Amino acid sequence: MVNETATAGEVRVVRLRVNGELRSALAPVHATLLEVLREQLGLTGTKHGCELGECGACTVLVDGRPQLSCLALPVQVEGREITTIEGMAVGPDLHPLQRSFVETGAVQCGYCTPGMLLTAAALLEEQPHPSRAEVEAALAGNLCRCTGYVKIVDAVLLAADRAGTGRMPDGPVDGAGA
Amino acid sequence: MPGGGGELQVVGRPLPKVDAVAKVTGRTVYADDVVLPRTLHCKLLRSPHPHARVLAIDADGARRLPGVHAVITGADLPVAYGILPVTQDEHALEPSKVRFVGDPVAAVAAVDEETAQAALDHIVVEYEVLGPVMSIEAALRAPVDEPIQDYGGPANIHKLVGLEFGDVDEGFARAEVVREDLFFYEGNTHLPIEQHASTAAAVDGRVTLWSSTQTPHYVHRALSRVLGLPMAQIRVIATPHGGGFGGKSDPFAHEIVVCKLAMMTGRPVRCTLTREEVFYAHRGRHPVLMSVRLGATRDGAITALHMRTALDGGAYGSYGVASTFYTGALQTTTYAIPAYRFEGCRVFTNKAPCGPKRGHGTPQPRFALELALDKLAEDLGMDPVSLRQRNFTRPFTRTVNWLRITSCGLEECTRRVVEASSYHTRPRRPGHGMGFAVSSYLSGAGTAIYWNRMPHSECQVTIDRGGVTVFSGATDIGQGSDSVLATIVAEELGLQPGAIRLVTADTDLTPVDLGSYSSRVTFMAGNAVLQAARRARALLVEAVAAAMGCAPQEVVVAQGRVGDRSFEAAAALAEERLGVVSASGSYTPPDLTGPYKGAGVGPSPAYSYSAAVVEVEADPRTGVVAVQRVWLAHDVGRAINPQLVVGQVEGGVYMALGEALLEEQVYRKGLHKWPSMLEYKSLTALDMPPIETFLVETLDPEGPYGAKEAGQGPLLPVVPALASAVHDALGVWVDEVPVTPEKVLRALTDRARGGAGRVGPRTFPAIPYPACIKVAPPDAATATV
Repeated sequence: MVNETATAGEVRVVRLRVNGELRSALAPVHATLLEVLREQLGLTGTKHGCELGECGACTVLVDGRPQLSCLALPVQVEGREITTIEGMAVGPDLHPLQRSFVETGAVQCGYCTPGMLLTAAALLEEQPHPSRAEVEAALAGNLCRCTGYVKIVDAVLLAADRAGTGRMPDGPVDGAGA
Repeated sequence: MPGGGGELQVVGRPLPKVDAVAKVTGRTVYADDVVLPRTLHCKLLRSPHPHARVLAIDADGARRLPGVHAVITGADLPVAYGILPVTQDEHALEPSKVRFVGDPVAAVAAVDEETAQAALDHIVVEYEVLGPVMSIEAALRAPVDEPIQDYGGPANIHKLVGLEFGDVDEGFARAEVVREDLFFYEGNTHLPIEQHASTAAAVDGRVTLWSSTQTPHYVHRALSRVLGLPMAQIRVIATPHGGGFGGKSDPFAHEIVVCKLAMMTGRPVRCTLTREEVFYAHRGRHPVLMSVRLGATRDGAITALHMRTALDGGAYGSYGVASTFYTGALQTTTYAIPAYRFEGCRVFTNKAPCGPKRGHGTPQPRFALELALDKLAEDLGMDPVSLRQRNFTRPFTRTVNWLRITSCGLEECTRRVVEASSYHTRPRRPGHGMGFAVSSYLSGAGTAIYWNRMPHSECQVTIDRGGVTVFSGATDIGQGSDSVLATIVAEELGLQPGAIRLVTADTDLTPVDLGSYSSRVTFMAGNAVLQAARRARALLVEAVAAAMGCAPQEVVVAQGRVGDRSFEAAAALAEERLGVVSASGSYTPPDLTGPYKGAGVGPSPAYSYSAAVVEVEADPRTGVVAVQRVWLAHDVGRAINPQLVVGQVEGGVYMALGEALLEEQVYRKGLHKWPSMLEYKSLTALDMPPIETFLVETLDPEGPYGAKEAGQGPLLPVVPALASAVHDALGVWVDEVPVTPEKVLRALTDRARGGAGRVGPRTFPAIPYPACIKVAPPDAATATV
């Protein structure tokens, strides 16, 4: 029979506050925040494109600020507020950025989308009325290969514009299936 | 003819994608998100040598490691495969020879990724290192040790092609101006954000594979061949895709290996490539060296074209034979060239294999041809736009190489971008420039990868009291094919796209579709679902007409109603009469191949057309080219969803600018120079210029509602337009992609020293092209279709 003991070695209990919930998991000491979120906590909405801190796909928010989860260890963020893409909508209600991404066509393959959305959310929290150049600068660490960034930047500006004017459409997003 | 009828309800509207909400909430399950209990993790041991014989592999050390469940080598997967029937030259694990750094030789399944990775260090491979071949020139010379592959030749030549249409010598003889130019297009890669990932499970002799593939049907066939299982015992599920661009169109080693390991261990097995491995999986843009010889009259009529290409194919065949033909096929779809000679050559080198990337084999010759036309215009003292217009292909004609042109929006696309950019009245000052170019692309390849008479797309639509479901093998790779199919069915049934349930890309559940490549889904899968939806609608209408006591043609299907009742009531009525309301649809392209060997590459039921103007500021001190704005007009036939089409245009422009300015897959001492996203430079949000998109609708007679492709074509004209704009700004030619600051400065230095002010290849190697097959062009009777 095959010995089930991995060579991975030491494990420890990780306690994280994710999307407002206290979660704990047993993980190898060297597991990154990305790995713990995806593999231990089942939050597979956080994506990965390189696991080397180069593409931005794994971005989550730690105390509201973007952080590359592939370069963070859980121990660094214990006790802090972690937001993943699963925590962005409130119940069934999409975050204004999620809604504007859907409406403008900012989502193609969708793989960079979670990281883009969270990075944009942090920007709008800090700067509710960014210029186009400010949005482009804020998103420069998140790579996208589908959209040419055009509609992503449009979507962020649309969400900012709606927040500024208080114009927020009601009801489900037109024509979109869930 | 598809289309027609009353006013369209959902086709043509910029509706959100049907899968967008799932994607923005993190709910979409991509290949690496598939979680099965007891999954083992797989790692591949890859060659550290660009070229070596495998003398022996000792995996006992790895097998003894705690947590390791299986180790396999080439001996366990002896059957060769490859995407093209003529080049079955790959093994999932190479048994006797490695041909590039990254070629896999062994695989481990273990309880977790770390254990699998650690086990690789305990596999001892004895190699006999051979001399690597790292350039086209080296591949043409007699091999130092032995050829890379045991077929092809002479030297490391994979494929040679020679075709001649019309009397080329006569065409050059009557030309008043003849010029020949050399160009080089460096290779580059797809760089999808999603790393390739696969999970396999085997139960009771049946294997299921979840994989990030663009071509589940071709993977299905390859698995059947290599695993020795009937196709009915294999299920391939193409998961939603984190980016393809052509890079996930081959059957890959990791896909085969996880199936084999799942069969051996009785447990699910997963493999996710690291980013470095994605660079080795590659199948990206071929580096191509090109010679363009053009003859023309003084007033700008092209009399002859002679095009020679040399492709650096990397280590394996992949799609390479098709890629080679594609470097010669589509020059004639934009320009009515009366006599055309094409000589193509693909060589093997010890690099990651090249294959199809957005535009497959056509961006390189398009770059060369468009710049050659700019130079010809200069010789003739003609405006480059007028020169092209003088030679534009006309709608409903046949080209000299027998391609059938139907709808053609070249004139309209040109007018839109030239006017919007004020190209002809642009400010003329040093450092500022504009470039113009046009292009054309397939709406699906007219022939399948493997020869057969069956449809290219098949689908089913079922309706019952619970709603409408579409079963289609088409794979949404982010381009929005699910949304396009849902929109077409919704249009026919008087519903909204969100009301249509889609089951896609699952070989157990969905009829065969050849996959998401060659820009074929909207045209081919679209026509198939259109047919199925119309057949299903006819059944509903028949049932309602009988109940209403009227003729079927009096029953209106629109706005959620069928005649005098709701759609749901109509569905229930039809179900009472027929049981489940089920209709199939399929699409087979017309046989458009010309009467010559090699005519299978190039034909398509319709061609899209694009025109671009690129505006740059180029700094003569630094050589930095800053793109100010891009105008792009695309003849998409009809935009089923204009928002998605504009998205494809913008993405195509982005990818083109990356290739034109900075992306390159290059090697040093046998090693990939930068297999990481940090060092392989791509454009960020900060680097993108504004893009003005114009959609031109020519309503193709055979496309669904008149639609043609949008995914690949818009990339094509941007690359030459950028190089042309640099020439307009600084007066120098960079006849080589990417146009880096270093090359711009070299060209300026060359001019300052009294040279031609040009950077690019200076010689074209001697290639033993075969004598051209002479093909008579279609005669006047068939030249108009």
